[in-house]
Amino acid sequence: MENDTIAAISTAVADSGISIIRISGEQATFVIDRIYRPRDGKKKISGQPSHTIHYGFIQDGDEVIDEVLVSLMRAPRSYTAEDVVEIHCHGGIYATRRVLDAVIKNGARPAEPGEFTKRAFLNGRIDLSRAEAVIDIINAKNEFALKSSVNQLKGAVHEKIKMLRETILGQLAFIEASLDDPEHISLDGYSDSLKKETEQLTDQIRRMIDSADDGRILKEGIQTVILGKPNVGKSSLLNALLREERAIVTEIAGTTRDVLEETLSMNGIMLNLIDTAGIRNTEDIVEKIGVEKAKEKAEQADLVIYVVDSSTELDENDREIMRVLSSKKVIVLLNKSDLSQVTTNEMVREFIGDSSPVLTVSAKENTGLDALEKQIREMFYSGEISFNDEVYITNARQKAALTEAKNSLEKVLASIENHMPEDFYSIDLMDAYASLGRIIGESVGEDLINEIFANFCMGK
Amino acid sequence: MSKIEEFVDVVVVGAGHAGCEAALACARLGMKTVMFTVSVDSIALMPCNPNIGGSSKGHLVREVDALGGEMGKNIDKTFIQSKMLNKSKGPAVHSLRAQADKSDYSRSMRLVLERTENLQIKQMEVAELIIEDKILKAVRTISGAVYHCKAAILCTGTYLKARCIYGDVSMYTGPNGLQAANHLTDSLVENGVKMYRFKTGTPARIAKKSIDFSKMEEQKGDETIVPFSFTTDPASVQKEQVSCWLTYTNEKTHEIIRENLDRSPLFSGMIEGTGPRYCPSIEDKVVRFSDKSRHQVFIEPEGIHTDEMYIDGMSSSLPEDVQIRMYRSVPGLENAQIVRNAYAIEYDCIDARQLKPSLEFKEISGLFSAGQFNGSSGYEEAAAQGLIAGINAAGKIKGRAPLILDRSEAYIGVLIDDLVTKENLEPYRMMTSRAEYRLLLRQDNADLRLTKKGYEIGLIDDYRYQKLLRKEKEIEQEIARVKKTYIGTREEIQRFLEAHGSIGLKSSATLAELIRRPELTYNDLAGIDPQRPALSKEVTDQVNILIKYDGYLERQMKQVEQFRKLERKNIPEEIDYDEVPSLRIEARQKLKQYRPSSIGQASRIAGVSPADISVLLVYLEKERQRKKHE
Repeated sequence: MENDTIAAISTAVADSGISIIRISGEQATFVIDRIYRPRDGKKKISGQPSHTIHYGFIQDGDEVIDEVLVSLMRAPRSYTAEDVVEIHCHGGIYATRRVLDAVIKNGARPAEPGEFTKRAFLNGRIDLSRAEAVIDIINAKNEFALKSSVNQLKGAVHEKIKMLRETILGQLAFIEASLDDPEHISLDGYSDSLKKETEQLTDQIRRMIDSADDGRILKEGIQTVILGKPNVGKSSLLNALLREERAIVTEIAGTTRDVLEETLSMNGIMLNLIDTAGIRNTEDIVEKIGVEKAKEKAEQADLVIYVVDSSTELDENDREIMRVLSSKKVIVLLNKSDLSQVTTNEMVREFIGDSSPVLTVSAKENTGLDALEKQIREMFYSGEISFNDEVYITNARQKAALTEAKNSLEKVLASIENHMPEDFYSIDLMDAYASLGRIIGESVGEDLINEIFANFCMGK
Repeated sequence: MSKIEEFVDVVVVGAGHAGCEAALACARLGMKTVMFTVSVDSIALMPCNPNIGGSSKGHLVREVDALGGEMGKNIDKTFIQSKMLNKSKGPAVHSLRAQADKSDYSRSMRLVLERTENLQIKQMEVAELIIEDKILKAVRTISGAVYHCKAAILCTGTYLKARCIYGDVSMYTGPNGLQAANHLTDSLVENGVKMYRFKTGTPARIAKKSIDFSKMEEQKGDETIVPFSFTTDPASVQKEQVSCWLTYTNEKTHEIIRENLDRSPLFSGMIEGTGPRYCPSIEDKVVRFSDKSRHQVFIEPEGIHTDEMYIDGMSSSLPEDVQIRMYRSVPGLENAQIVRNAYAIEYDCIDARQLKPSLEFKEISGLFSAGQFNGSSGYEEAAAQGLIAGINAAGKIKGRAPLILDRSEAYIGVLIDDLVTKENLEPYRMMTSRAEYRLLLRQDNADLRLTKKGYEIGLIDDYRYQKLLRKEKEIEQEIARVKKTYIGTREEIQRFLEAHGSIGLKSSATLAELIRRPELTYNDLAGIDPQRPALSKEVTDQVNILIKYDGYLERQMKQVEQFRKLERKNIPEEIDYDEVPSLRIEARQKLKQYRPSSIGQASRIAGVSPADISVLLVYLEKERQRKKHE
């Protein structure tokens, strides 16, 4: 771990024309040689002198991904005191991500938060007086990454990974229980069932890897939370925006218990829309969890769309919502303009102030939604709202972990194919379990031992 | 009033499996050693199951033997049945288990102790530790005698404040009705040691003549017996064996248990200790696995000098009358006469996170501990710790660095690291799944892993060491030979492969490449390997394993390299965690409380995240640079 080769996008992704991917470690020049084609033909980066810049292309197989400048700084005269290669990409966010993918596919691993700085320090490149700052950077980035990498994961993906892990753990526990207690638990015929199970697992993970690039794994773009009291039409609004019936819409207050998430591309701006349960004071436990979740979501959001039913009066609960929104970028929607208006623009302004836009819409009749889209576009292009670009490195990390899990499971299949004894299966099953755990921020710990004891009757 | 006052090097408290290994190691390393026991007749007693070894426990016995311990030799002398478990699985999980003649085992070990120089056995309860300025100075016996010593090893097993319970019967005795040790706990608590209360249990013993074996399946031993000790000549242990028997509980049994659960001291709250999940009582099994209609019951002889039979699978603390009905509901036990009732036993032990990996107390210099006292369970786990504690107590007196085996070197390393690092809320049992590098920690290579260390310490003699070096060399040479021996594609080769169910060769291959084929082994290839030297089975077994599984072994060795990097980064004992900036609160608390000895150990403490480890690494580097500047 200490000396392996790491990579990350080291510039902010969103707001610059050029982005830089940094690779550091013993294999850095080896990695770049595998994907870089110099314009003038033959010269490999590994054969170049230190502190030089080269013009060429990054390729994935035969396909050119981007036109780049590559700079080389050899150890120890680099930021980390290791061999460092930096790729200056010009092709925008999508190309940058693909370059990073190629780098990782060819031998680098996604850097941990603050890892370049940590290496710089441990290799003596940063002087003593800055040591504590280094610790803070590592810590801050870790805290952030820990929060964000799990938060950025879509709820459904989180659930899916948990499920995959449970399946693997169940298989592991069975093998291990039988190894520990062979006279009580038999493995006869087990490899056939494990093979089937492992093939399915591998297949599911492969599909997740494929979908990682379409933003189906992580919540990319502007985190947008739709908030409002029960029954003001949040789900109808989400449906209107998505133009399909996804969320459950009924007349009973509080039916959207789970948080629904959808990604929407609005003229090139990615919105990750989150529909939450209504906020109100309630004794209903299930509903309460929804409310807690909604508040939490609002805290993490880049933009809040606050929906009011204009056909009813504002009440006590609205103040609670205002508190949550006070420090947020917010657009207020006066919904149900198809009904007679009770709550007006001015009444809302009393709470929300003058700076936030207030729009009149009818989700049911599909009116006013163009104005909403226009408003969001304006806020984005004026820089009023922006989004977290860490998502790209997180994505690379998640993808690398998924790929590792897939590779481990393929090794299990190879072991079964080669008629290896059953105890060999568990080595790779455990690796797969650990890799998937990294995605959702869970370690292995005593999981296996606990699972064995929970499900198998062992011992005298 | 004059009291006895004696001066020795090491005091060992307890004469169970931990105490025996500890005392022998110390005495053999030249320490003047005294071993206390509440009863000389209970030396190396097996108060529960009548066997040694089993999955992963067999590994421990092999490792104890490879380091120069006694358990392997003693069971080789006294076993009455032997089996290699998991033979159809990979070599890493092959595990030896032998049924012992309990009384022979105990007597034989006692004789070894009695005949060891420097070792004195004393029947006496130790009541108090005399500790000054956090340094152990002496122990005081219940009779008032004071034994001044340079180190003491506590191996009190299940005897501390022991209480045996079944139904509403509760007796303040140790196992088997032996006298409990009721004073030492107070002395430990006075010195700031944190105690736990654990519980375990044992099934009834039933008279052989009352059992109908025709209703049971016979369980025989292996045809070819493999000894535990690397020093035992395999030919010397091929003998007639005694059988065990298999029967099952049924719905009737379970019904009797369920109807009487309210009379179980476990469920009534009379037992407060924490029991192990891996060896649940029969009432536990019936409650927790209510969907199972039957559980296995093994009937095992307690020895050849007795007709008592051990009822493996049915430990219990139910009242006597329920026990009788419950056992008699099992086929073959209809007329069972119970000789000894099943019972649960509660005892005091410590939170082993108070120990260094050397098994010395962090806060009390010179005080070591081993075995069930440390929260483990099992004879083998106890012996392994006893040996390490003994080696390290003697080493401390001699001024030598402690023997600390890491998780990649031995099951013993895994065992001790788990005990001193992780929170154990129940008696700890060794399991093969706990060893992350188990492909390397095989029972067949314990000598290759550990005997050199045993020699350096002084517990392995020169003869055995030279033998090991020869073995190493033979393995190395033979591996090199089969890797470069090409066998060609002659007709005769093709026919040979076909006959062994293997596909023919298009181009020539090495012997090694053929050994890697799942259907072939090193031994199979003798017919097409005319240059093969005459080698012992020990050597050819290693050659076969090391070549056949080399891909897996190499992968695991790479992981071990990574692991050792962190393991070798020591944390200075004087580190002040309050001075380390940015540690998360939980991590800071845990680190302060348990004071890990290396970064590797720190990373295994629950509540210490990878980010905390990064922070710690940067801090240690900063301190190192600062000291260099000064």
